Amino acid sequence: MSTPPPVHERESYIGQSVVRPQTARLLAGRGVYTDDVRLPRMTHVAFLRSPHAHARIRALDVTAARALPGVVAVVTGEEIARVCDGWVGTLAHFAGMKSAKQFPLALGRATWQGEPVAAVVAETRALAEDGVASVRVEWEPLPAVTDAETALDPATPVIHPELGDNLAFALDVVAGDVARAFAEADLVVRETFLTGRHTGVTLEPRTILADFDPAERRLTVYHSFQAPHMMQDILARHLRLPEHDVRVICKDVGGSFGIKVHIYPDEMATCALAVLLGRPVKFVADRLESFQSDIHARDHRVTAELAVRRDGTFVGMRLDDLTGIGPYSVYPRTSAVEGNQIARLAPGVYKLRDYAAAVRVVLQNKTPMCQYRAVGHPIAFAVMEGMVDLAARELGLDPVEVRRRNLITADMYPCTAPTGYFFERLSHEEALDKILEMSEYARLCEERDRLRARRVYRGLGLCMFIELTTPGPAFYGIGGARISSQDGCTLKLEPTGKVVCLTGVTEQGQGTDTIIAQVVATALGVRLEDVRVLTGDTMVTPYGGGTWASRGAGIGGEAALLSGKALRQGILRVAAAILACEPEDLDLRASRIVDALTGEVRLDLPELGRIAYFRPDTLPKDFQAELAVTRHYVPRHQGFAFTNGVQLSHVEVDVETGFVRLLKHWVVEDCGRIINPRLVDEQLRGAIVQGIGAALWEHCVYDAEGQLLTGTMMDYLVPLAAETPEIVVGHVETPTAYSEGGFKGAGEAGTAGAPGAVLNAVNDALAPLAARVTTQPITPEVVLRALGKLP
Amino acid sequence: MDTTVAIELAVNGTPVGRRVEPRLCLADFLRYDLELTGTHVGCEHGVCGACTVRVDGALVRACLMLAVQADGCRVETIEGVSGTGEVSDLQQAFAEANALQCGFCTPGMLLTAHEILQREPGADPARIRLALSGNYCRCTGYQAIVDAVHRVGGARGRETR
Amino acid sequence: MKPAPFVYHRPASLPDALALLERYGAEGRVLAGGQSLVPALNMRLATPGALIDINRIPGLDEIRLGAEGLVLGALARLDAVERSPLVAAHAPLIAQALPHVAHLAVRTRSTVGGGIAHADPAAELPACLVALGGTVRALSRRGSREIGAAEFFRGVCTTALGPGEVLTAVVVPRLAPGWRSRFDELARRHGDYALVALAAHARVADGTLAEARLVLAGVGATPVRAARAEAALAGRRMDAAALDAAARALAEELDPPSDVHASAALRRHLAGVLLRRAVRGLLEA
Repeated sequence: MSTPPPVHERESYIGQSVVRPQTARLLAGRGVYTDDVRLPRMTHVAFLRSPHAHARIRALDVTAARALPGVVAVVTGEEIARVCDGWVGTLAHFAGMKSAKQFPLALGRATWQGEPVAAVVAETRALAEDGVASVRVEWEPLPAVTDAETALDPATPVIHPELGDNLAFALDVVAGDVARAFAEADLVVRETFLTGRHTGVTLEPRTILADFDPAERRLTVYHSFQAPHMMQDILARHLRLPEHDVRVICKDVGGSFGIKVHIYPDEMATCALAVLLGRPVKFVADRLESFQSDIHARDHRVTAELAVRRDGTFVGMRLDDLTGIGPYSVYPRTSAVEGNQIARLAPGVYKLRDYAAAVRVVLQNKTPMCQYRAVGHPIAFAVMEGMVDLAARELGLDPVEVRRRNLITADMYPCTAPTGYFFERLSHEEALDKILEMSEYARLCEERDRLRARRVYRGLGLCMFIELTTPGPAFYGIGGARISSQDGCTLKLEPTGKVVCLTGVTEQGQGTDTIIAQVVATALGVRLEDVRVLTGDTMVTPYGGGTWASRGAGIGGEAALLSGKALRQGILRVAAAILACEPEDLDLRASRIVDALTGEVRLDLPELGRIAYFRPDTLPKDFQAELAVTRHYVPRHQGFAFTNGVQLSHVEVDVETGFVRLLKHWVVEDCGRIINPRLVDEQLRGAIVQGIGAALWEHCVYDAEGQLLTGTMMDYLVPLAAETPEIVVGHVETPTAYSEGGFKGAGEAGTAGAPGAVLNAVNDALAPLAARVTTQPITPEVVLRALGKLP
Repeated sequence: MDTTVAIELAVNGTPVGRRVEPRLCLADFLRYDLELTGTHVGCEHGVCGACTVRVDGALVRACLMLAVQADGCRVETIEGVSGTGEVSDLQQAFAEANALQCGFCTPGMLLTAHEILQREPGADPARIRLALSGNYCRCTGYQAIVDAVHRVGGARGRETR
Repeated sequence: MKPAPFVYHRPASLPDALALLERYGAEGRVLAGGQSLVPALNMRLATPGALIDINRIPGLDEIRLGAEGLVLGALARLDAVERSPLVAAHAPLIAQALPHVAHLAVRTRSTVGGGIAHADPAAELPACLVALGGTVRALSRRGSREIGAAEFFRGVCTTALGPGEVLTAVVVPRLAPGWRSRFDELARRHGDYALVALAAHARVADGTLAEARLVLAGVGATPVRAARAEAALAGRRMDAAALDAAARALAEELDPPSDVHASAALRRHLAGVLLRRAVRGLLEA
């Protein structure tokens, strides 16, 4: 055998667009999603859901359903409540917040159309649905609270009398002296923006399979979910089981986007049923149930006032936000976060110091709302950037120039925004320059102006944004929620010389497991193909928060980096013991132990593993090999690692039909050090299309009685391939200095900026016709009304 | 009363015989009776495309066809076309372009993409977008999928020339 | 979202199918392509006691040019119709309309008979059939009959088919010289049901629309023939004033529904836009 050539450079996988290894499985149809898991004696549950937005349950007759063949059990709210404690979705750091106690199944009264009322467990889902159809309910419809604007009026019924009113939360953010700023302004522009309710529409619906072993009293739950340890904690506390007897396993997850990170009554009921019946119970939300029971988001009315000087300098801003969140604040993250973030994020790109925002979060009889991808961001920046364009137009100034005049500039960092957010270092100017160049903005402006003469109405819309990523304990933990802000990474060198990695962050398609492997391989000095990553099993992985709020890279990535470095030291110590030298003389490169100076290969890892595990007798008597390590990471130096970016949308509006055609979209984003450029690009593109969907199509529409009118995929319009544009992605890289890796998050930036860009582009297109739109989704109706072509 | 119906069909080339309830749709039959879980169910009303399979060579929504209707038919799923290598170029292009994230739409997307290229090998990206617009993907924003299909279309065209 | 139980029959012949229809009466439903019926079954919006699957009845999937015109069998799949050279040559309106119908994997199953008999007022094919002056062939134990398309559609998903009667084919008259077709629709996304669709069929002579048949989908309980707009167009030189007059006539004669997708006012407005575009298109073609 020939001697291998010396290995000099330690290979870095960071910054490389490596192909995700697990895609081979998914491409072959060999993924294992939760509904693909089948257990012996498994049953299926279907729920009777309230057909009314608000109604008293006068009587519930389950006798016919119980008598049906194949039906295992029919269970009511009272019976479930005996084994599952209720919950209240408030957090201590949201002062004054209130919500009512919620149970898995409605007790005496249903408070939204779609609230689960009774559960039928049967041998198949079809039989369970037969059972649901046989349950007789005598309903007494009650007046429904549907309009957030009047939810606090004295004449409006109070949904939960014990709360006193329908106000769940109110917040005032005040910074500087807004009254003085407005008095000094040359111009104040004012506008009201409406953002439609929408929802996540994960292609794989919410799915859970609960298996309770009555002999050992252990609960194993297979769950399509983003935060397995959070679920473990909550199941244990509410089902009164010791936490270490609850195991939550997340197999492949078919999309999540913040939908699969909340506590849903039907999922809690499913687990409670497994405990009650001592048999596995599976619940798969069908699409009709998804629209009625997955969390909704974004239903906000924001009125903004921006005070400016004649030269375009912003001097002050006021913002008033009203949102209706459904009958309960969602557990355990609460439904107050979106409003809070709108208020705090909106001015974040600019040098505004005098700022005031008021947020009111009210209860209503609609599907509960909670955090969904880019919480608050798309609204905050559609409003802010809409106001910037409006001010520019009123002043007759170039919207790019107005932005430049007000951006927080490179020399100002680090800085703290008036709303309390800390910015270590952002790159607004660089990002703006880059997108203008990438898109040939000046040429597009000329083309737009030329085409207007031919009555072709094209528009360009910019949206600058910041993105909150990598949250520390200030996000939830401080408010009393047992949601881990830290994550751990365990690495083990196996006897074969291969590395097993267990991480607390989870994988739902982003490629978390790939980037973790890239970081581990780089930190260790092994080949990427030698690393196997396992996620999503509370019994196996280190405790962690999971993947949400763009925390996978910033927190999970840093833990992986620290763990990789630690295991490297452990391996080098073993190698030094074997080779009778000092660890400092050796290095680990491309999965081989080499001489640190010459790169000469001294030992391969399988040989090291063989000796360490099977022939430790050949090593010095006082030497103990340690080939498994765990390291943890929590962001300690800042509340969040903010990122920034800018998007540009190019549209054409058909002013006869009101239809908007998306021509092209650009984004420049700065997520710190990039681990895998292709994955970041695809996160951005997917997230942008989600934002575009909100801007143009997606809408949960209710009638005045609180009936959902868009309950199928024929009525709730998601973006499809034909209507979505080409998206060009550019990057600026400003690593955070607070972590060794310098990684920040990238999962939500696309959604944060896309609606604002589209809104501004449509308004740019309509500008020569003196029309403006401020309502999303921007339907043909909205455009034609703005043009005066519809009443 | 036993209302089940006996059916015999070929699934991915293998003869299969079962008794099924008439109300069982083909997607659930494939998933639960045959444990071919690569066919996914996303909406059960024919909109999302996740359950797309081939029946007697034609692309169909397996949620809108009853299993009894497949009696005597040739059914092909993602497991079948993966096994034969029929879509291996598309699978490789999808992997390289990261044209999938969560993977739930992917089996239906691949079968649809393959059919598009069979019918219109030189389809440009705009045509591909139109033809793929019956398949919902929440993760990717579609561009990587369109790019991958377009690239394979070009490569297949060069091979057959 | 699983259907309620039903019994299933797969008759091998039309007489067998008719016997089953008679046996089950209102409890029986004909299953053709299933692309509208099966979603309704899955959602338990339809809960028939029996499905009578006509898919295996031989001879019903013909696409043929006969003396009476273009014959499209009840089981002709929309995908096959869309790709048929006969249809392209003799019913270009239908060929133009079909790419708008849902998506490929639906059109491979969806049938002409199902699309017509389901009678969704927003669907493309019924509007085309009315615009082309087609007929529907129906068969029952009492015998067969032909029903003019205009009389066939009675209301939302309601047709002239009687109990025990099954649609066997539609017939489109041969394309007469000088007639041109233009199908256009406005849907929020490609493949969605149209907010408004316009099937326009007209005889062009001397730069005018000498005769026009304008049928809209999505604006009423059935395909809606725009008689007043047709009259306003007929034989007129199409200057701006004439177009305005035709659009006004159309707006006055339509009484479209409001729903979650569009208000009546939007539908009325869009119908006018489609009318102007159709006229320009027909004259330029």
